[in-house]
Amino acid sequence: MIHLAGIERTFLVGDEAVHALSSVNFTVRQGEYVAIMGPSGSGKSTLLNIIGLLDRPNEGIYTLENLDTTELTDDQRASVRRNKIGFVFQFFHLVPRLTAAENVELPMILADVDPASRKSRVQAALSSLGLSDRVKHRPDQLSGGQRQRVAIARATIMQPDVILADEPTGNLDRTSGVEVIRILEDLHNKGMTLIMVTHDPDLSKRAARRVQLQDGKISTDTEGSMKK
Amino acid sequence: MKTGDVLQFSVRALSGYPTRTFLMILARAIGVASVILLTALGEGARRYVTNKFTSLGTYLLIVLPGRSETTGGPPPLLGETPRDLTLEDALTLTRHSSIRRVAPITVGSAPVSWKHRDREVTVLGSTAALFEIRHLSMAQGRFIPAGNPTRGLAVCVIGYKLKRELFGNQSPLGQWVRIGEHRFRIIGVLAKKGQSLGLDMGDVVVVPVASAQTLFNTSALFRILVQANGRDAVPRAKETILTTIRERHEGEDDVTVITQDALLSTFDRILVTMTLSVAGIAAISLSVAGILIMNVMLIAVSQRTSEVGLLKAIGAPGTQILRLFLAESAILSLIGAGFGVILAFLGTWGLARAFPGFPITIPVWALGAAVLVALLTGLVFGVLPARRAAKLDPVEALSRR
Repeated sequence: MIHLAGIERTFLVGDEAVHALSSVNFTVRQGEYVAIMGPSGSGKSTLLNIIGLLDRPNEGIYTLENLDTTELTDDQRASVRRNKIGFVFQFFHLVPRLTAAENVELPMILADVDPASRKSRVQAALSSLGLSDRVKHRPDQLSGGQRQRVAIARATIMQPDVILADEPTGNLDRTSGVEVIRILEDLHNKGMTLIMVTHDPDLSKRAARRVQLQDGKISTDTEGSMKK
Repeated sequence: MKTGDVLQFSVRALSGYPTRTFLMILARAIGVASVILLTALGEGARRYVTNKFTSLGTYLLIVLPGRSETTGGPPPLLGETPRDLTLEDALTLTRHSSIRRVAPITVGSAPVSWKHRDREVTVLGSTAALFEIRHLSMAQGRFIPAGNPTRGLAVCVIGYKLKRELFGNQSPLGQWVRIGEHRFRIIGVLAKKGQSLGLDMGDVVVVPVASAQTLFNTSALFRILVQANGRDAVPRAKETILTTIRERHEGEDDVTVITQDALLSTFDRILVTMTLSVAGIAAISLSVAGILIMNVMLIAVSQRTSEVGLLKAIGAPGTQILRLFLAESAILSLIGAGFGVILAFLGTWGLARAFPGFPITIPVWALGAAVLVALLTGLVFGVLPARRAAKLDPVEALSRR
């Protein structure tokens, strides 16, 4: 479903070109659970951003569900993000002035979902994550774990095919981290594809497939098929 | 994204930062209020002058001896002074249908004395028609009686200031005063009216025109005041006056007719220009407020970078972000303009209370224009910050906390 071929991404730092990703070939099938690991600066986040259509590769072809994304316009890419991809970030990125429910509602507002059905969907999503008593709270009134759960509810409210999680537990204590991971794994068990960037070996061991990045290249891939 | 959702989102964004929003609304409100108030002041000044002119006399035409145009060429060798306007000229004019009243005027200066008091004042020779034409009113007694204007009665009407100086608190009615070589009986005192046509009506003596001509030993008139038979009749009256006088003066166009409308429209033009330029200055202050809003919006965009990044990540295209931020500036401008209008109404109310004589009112076009300009500058100055937000790179925006 996700197919990257010959992906190159270069950043200009001053006059020098830095290769964040070089000739990356990578395929993820529907329903997989992938952990992407590697030291900082190895290109994990860049890879995730390219998969999430937040970033464009300089070279190479990325097809998502048989759709060549390299040709898409800004609006079309936004529409793909809206309907097929859910992001979970290390720093949650909740809108501080909006309540938990409003934060979860945002993707549906952008996707023009009928207002009448929005409220019940938000309610259902929040209560399934054990947040039914936190609906009217603003992010600063929530604990870290609760914030990340709100963010997960927001990422999944549009029923995306892929969840992209960038260090989802990086800003949480052990207990809430484990809780967040369980929720993500639950979603995976229900059929969503889960791609998670982490540098925590304990976490990555839980994933069925582990990909190690080194200097912008995939050094190990437990599936073996795409080893470079 | 639905329009209702865009509005709701923008309102939430604005209410999320109350201090900033309040300051921007205040800036906008002051800008709009100053445009409206200054325009109202200019418009008030225009009305004030118009009112003053109307109080001179309605549908007034002034006939002056001599031509207003000057022609080139050498000065005439033989005396070619224009013919004098005479009392007969004035009386002929009364016969035309477009003319309601005619007041011939002779002006001179003469000493007026009563007992031992002596004053040099302006002597105005005219007829009963002057009373109506100049909207005079009497403090005591009556005005010069209507009757044959060619007969010089020995009666006079004095201004209130002259009455005070000569008679103090005594009643002057029936008293005889000496004007120059002649004696006149006082039959009335003019009420206080102030200055009009550059003549202080408090400090004059009005006598019948024939008496004044005898007094100053002249048959010429200083000017003729003509009241036309309604506003529409003014051009016709002017034409009539010119033809009539031309006939009487052997085909010479040797008078000048000034209409009150011409004077008024000149003043009107000056004051409209003044109002517009004052409004223009105020509009500059409005655009200063616009630039202020742009600055604050730019700060807002950089403060909300991660929010913009998030919106992009969850599927908002750049155009949508642009629309959200533009909606915010538009809402700010509208609310600011609304408060500005309220402020302006309070201001005019206050001014009207403080200066009851000044006819200050807010012209409707100024209201519309101020609100429109506010909205326009809001959008124009909102574009830059909104574009900046729309162009943010989501990866970079999200990497900032």
